[in-house]
Amino acid sequence: MTEEFIKFENVSFRYENAEDEPELPLALKNINLTVNKGELVAVLGHNGSGKSTLAKLTNAILVPESGKVSVMGMDTANEDLKYEIRRKVGMVFQNPDNQIVATIVEDDVAFGPENLGVEPDEIRIRVDESLKAVEMYEMRQAEPHNLSGGQKQRVAIAGILAMQTDGIVFDEPTAMLDPRGRQAVMDTILKINKEQGKTVMFITHFMDEAVLADRVIVVNNGEIMTDGTPQEVFSDIGRLKKVGLDVPQARELQYRLKENGIDLNGNILFEDECVKAIKELFQKKVL
Amino acid sequence: MIKDITIGQYYKADSVLHKCDPRTKLILTIAFIVVIFLCKNFFSLGLMAALTVVSMLISKVPVKMFLKSMKPIIPLVLLTAILNVFYTTGGEVLLSIWKITIRDKAIFTAIFIAIRIFCLIIISSLLTYTTTPTMLTDGIEKLLKPLDFILKPFNFRVHTLAMMMTLALRFIPTLIEEIDKIMNAQKARGADLESGGIIERAKALIPIIIPLFVSSFRRAYELAFAMDCRCYTGGDGRTRMKRMKFSLCDLFVFLSFIIIFAGIVFLNIKFDAVI
Ligand SMILES: Nc1ncnc2c1ncn2[C@@H]1O[C@H](COP(=O)(O)OP(=O)(O)OP(=O)(O)O)[C@@H](O)[C@H]1O
Ligand SMILES: [Mg+2]
Repeated sequence: MTEEFIKFENVSFRYENAEDEPELPLALKNINLTVNKGELVAVLGHNGSGKSTLAKLTNAILVPESGKVSVMGMDTANEDLKYEIRRKVGMVFQNPDNQIVATIVEDDVAFGPENLGVEPDEIRIRVDESLKAVEMYEMRQAEPHNLSGGQKQRVAIAGILAMQTDGIVFDEPTAMLDPRGRQAVMDTILKINKEQGKTVMFITHFMDEAVLADRVIVVNNGEIMTDGTPQEVFSDIGRLKKVGLDVPQARELQYRLKENGIDLNGNILFEDECVKAIKELFQKKVL
Repeated sequence: MIKDITIGQYYKADSVLHKCDPRTKLILTIAFIVVIFLCKNFFSLGLMAALTVVSMLISKVPVKMFLKSMKPIIPLVLLTAILNVFYTTGGEVLLSIWKITIRDKAIFTAIFIAIRIFCLIIISSLLTYTTTPTMLTDGIEKLLKPLDFILKPFNFRVHTLAMMMTLALRFIPTLIEEIDKIMNAQKARGADLESGGIIERAKALIPIIIPLFVSSFRRAYELAFAMDCRCYTGGDGRTRMKRMKFSLCDLFVFLSFIIIFAGIVFLNIKFDAVI
């Protein structure tokens, strides 16, 4: 049975204009979106399309100008429910440096549960578990400024895990990381979703990350342009390119080969699929 | 190079002092500072120095670390000592060349002050080497808690102060790194930071300070979001993972220090003051 987790109903949002300046255009227009419990959702879109705004609406950092956002039935516009909502939806940002509060890894992970008023012994258990989940337990005594970007980002994730939220929204968690750090963070995100069953929504500019999701949402100029499985979304390459987005490399190769008269079977998204399809082609001696 | 600065640096070891409650260490450090300024003769100062050295040794922090923290202060100590040699009056004249007379009291004073400053540095380093910054700020928060009563009408809390200190300690290394980056970026654009007189050099710092300010504000803005997302609402209703508890260790360290302090006061009264 699917259970609604986050629900956007006709949501529009506009950033406040500075005094004596004209009103800004809508950053989000009439968004309708339902994220169900346990889903892994990727959000794509070019710079300034409104992805971060969408993310910030999910846990009451921003509230809609019109329409309604609700988390497990709680309206984010209700000031009294604000912290109740943030207990359900955690958020991890792009720059790991600016989300770490304490000077020691484990103290930082404890920050969230401490704010929630959890008992000390229980916090200890949660901190250890969260650090183990992101594979940073061995470094629990380290100072954040001695960690690599990927490690810092995993500490930030552990900080949210320790709050035991039902869902986590990631705003470009891998944008500032090198390939290896990115891999480690993506693995962690997948693990959180698959093993712990948390609902995950992540914003990314990397198509090879987006294909790992169950569902891909493309945001363009404040509107949801496409919403479907990676297979569906990446089938229409022309349309994605028109709004300035890439497609996964394997898909791109299939597309180019097709233009040159070589047809690979299926709708290819992953490298290994691609290798397999090309191998098949060779074996059939079509080439 | 600037990265070598050791502020609030914690050294992990397993010693009595590490096990002590941060409040014990804070109170004793303050008491130490008061007592060392009361010392007036070499007997009391000697005991004080002995106490410092023994504390340093039982902390299991390598002596090298202390030397590192003392190194930048040495010129300052020498300068203070030298100035004292010239400005102290009274005592027997040891040497008199041209207009300069050196008296025995001046020499004593110089040595006295040098020892005093080194003791102060070692003891305050000891506090930060044996206490994590989190424990330190938590300790300060607990100790100053009674002040909430006075601060409340001003809409300010001791907790806020402690949180500010935590964040400052957390962001010092980050900002140092940032200064390095900005300096390199400005140098790449042809900024000249090293030559010219003091005024020119100060002016050359403006293109460093302004970007630093801008980026700090951006950081602060993002940090505030992140803290808000983690349900931070100030000190009320907050719990702590690491509980502070006075233990036998604290009692032992506290009593030892108190007894030694008493001894120092006694020596101070018993013998004549030299400065
Ligand atoms: N604090 C703000 N005040 C005013 N306008 C803003 C603010 N933040 C974002 N905007 C505007 O709202 C629109 C959507 O911004 P948003 O940050 O959601 O984009 P994004 O899709 O996250 O982009 P990016 O990929 O660069 O992160 C942009 O036109 C942006 O200029
Ligand atoms: Mg963004």
